[in-house]
Amino acid sequence: MTPAISVSQLTKKYGEIDAVRGIDFEVAPGETFGFLGPNGAGKSTTIKILCTLADPTSGTARVAGHDVVRERDTVRRNIGLVFQDTTLDSYLTGEQNLRFHADLYGVPKAAFAPRLRQVLEMVGLWDRRGGVVATYSGGMKRRLEIARGLLHAPRVLFLDEPTVGLDPQTRVSIWEYVNELKKREDITIFLTTHYMDEAEHCDRIAIIDHGKIVAIDTPEALKASIGKDRVQISTADDQAAMRSLAEVFGIEAAMHEGLVTFSVESGEHFVPRLFAEMPIAIRSVSVSRPSLDDVFMSYTGKTIRDAEATVGDRNRMIATRFGRR
Amino acid sequence: MATKDIPAKDIQAKGTSAQDALEARERDLTELIRVAVPERSIRADLRAVSIVWRRELIRFRTDRLRAITSLVQPVLFLFVLGTGLSRLASHGLPAGVDFKTFIYPGVLAMSVLFTSIFSAASIVWDREFGFLREMLVAPVRRWAIVVGKCLGGATVATFQGIIFLALAGVAHVPYSPTLLLTLVGELLLLAFTLTAFGVMMAARIKQIQAFMALTQLLVLPLFFLSGALYPLNGLPAWLTVLTRIDPLTYIVDPMRHAVFAHLSVSPLAVKALSPGVTWDGWLVPLGLSVAMVGAIGLVMLAIAIAEFRKTE
Repeated sequence: MTPAISVSQLTKKYGEIDAVRGIDFEVAPGETFGFLGPNGAGKSTTIKILCTLADPTSGTARVAGHDVVRERDTVRRNIGLVFQDTTLDSYLTGEQNLRFHADLYGVPKAAFAPRLRQVLEMVGLWDRRGGVVATYSGGMKRRLEIARGLLHAPRVLFLDEPTVGLDPQTRVSIWEYVNELKKREDITIFLTTHYMDEAEHCDRIAIIDHGKIVAIDTPEALKASIGKDRVQISTADDQAAMRSLAEVFGIEAAMHEGLVTFSVESGEHFVPRLFAEMPIAIRSVSVSRPSLDDVFMSYTGKTIRDAEATVGDRNRMIATRFGRR
Repeated sequence: MATKDIPAKDIQAKGTSAQDALEARERDLTELIRVAVPERSIRADLRAVSIVWRRELIRFRTDRLRAITSLVQPVLFLFVLGTGLSRLASHGLPAGVDFKTFIYPGVLAMSVLFTSIFSAASIVWDREFGFLREMLVAPVRRWAIVVGKCLGGATVATFQGIIFLALAGVAHVPYSPTLLLTLVGELLLLAFTLTAFGVMMAARIKQIQAFMALTQLLVLPLFFLSGALYPLNGLPAWLTVLTRIDPLTYIVDPMRHAVFAHLSVSPLAVKALSPGVTWDGWLVPLGLSVAMVGAIGLVMLAIAIAEFRKTE
């Protein structure tokens, strides 16, 4: 079967700056694929190339079986887009926005009315279709954009940071709608996010950092690849506890967030031993499975927030160089 | 094929057993409405032109305030400036011709001037609010978007002109059907050219403040040099040259010609007040004037399309 997306040796330069430095990956039809990384790591540039909004400097990309440069319009007919920033006309009603889209994408007139109802019901906006978009909440706008992206029944739906700038509750509800549409539509979803918890909704994820893919696999496999559970304990004497962890169990521990922190293969089996053999009184204990945050940390050597701080500096540099063209 | 009735959620929920639920899901998937987006064709492009055009009209209809505020300036010029200056100007005017009648065609052109360029500014707004992106990623040719935008802006601006045209009687301009039709046609042409100019600028100028500043800088000189407020003969050499460079001159002149052709004044008065545009003594035919305005519009449209075709 032809992959929904296939990217080979893709690079993109903006002047001196390498936004994307030679990436390769494939996305299977029907897959939900997450593209993770801090702001400025190359996610948005990659998505722009895949959506035919920017030309690659070198390398090739095919979406829905078509080359993004040579068969631009065919690619465009087969993709749906939901951008980071809203692209709705807030003076028009929800329905008018969708009608505009249908005409631009040449949705057959007979199919428009039933399809309109289908996509609007899917995102729970059918009753609000007559309202002017300016009166919609942030979450409603995003849902309307998802409905619009689906209106012309694309084979690949791109969601660029679908939940950025939304409150936690709305984020959850957006994901409910996305999961629902995965069930109902025969579609491949390519999404970018810098919320690690959201990447759990994906079948596979790629982690991109400084324009390169540093890891690509299922969330489970990625978490398994860094293996260990994280244990945090609070004790009567933390220094003594760290020494005895080293002596008794041969474990290297460190202080994090004011707690003695260390990693072990299987946390739930280790805790009983800890209580039995540790000479120092333990006040509390917590065991956590590795999260995608830990995965990101282990592949890039920093947390996603640290990465954003350094990338932020890089972006400012880009902004000053290219801001006032 | 499209099905008219989509199973509502509550119907699916009635499935009691797991088997029913599964069947409901199956049904749901099969009844997913297939939308085959057709290959690109000229019809698809024309449909895009039409929807971009209609959007401008919808927005104009919902924005009544804009329609009223953009009438303020021409009304001020016609009634306040026109009335105030008429006593001074009456010495130079043949008997029976009101100064308001003389400046009416020029002020009519002005009523379209602002609206056209501001309609083009909506591209800059669209860029700022992201909607331009929705248009630029669509599987249609870029010319369709640009042409739709120009036609939309031109239509809206012409409507604005027509509202001002209703005031013709106050300036003693007769409501003759042929005159009105001629004027509307000329307004449409002018509005199209000006919108094309605005869209061309909007392709380059990405910030609304810069766009507005440039508009302010251009609009008044265009108006003052067009001969809207004075006849174009017997001017000092430098002003003669500047008025001949101003494209607006070539539409104000045919409009004034049309108005004077429908007044009952002496041929001498017509010759004095509507002398036509001359190039070094050669009288530019009205047809050529109008054709030039159209040609400028088309050139600007072509540049605008080329600008919007560029990808990153």
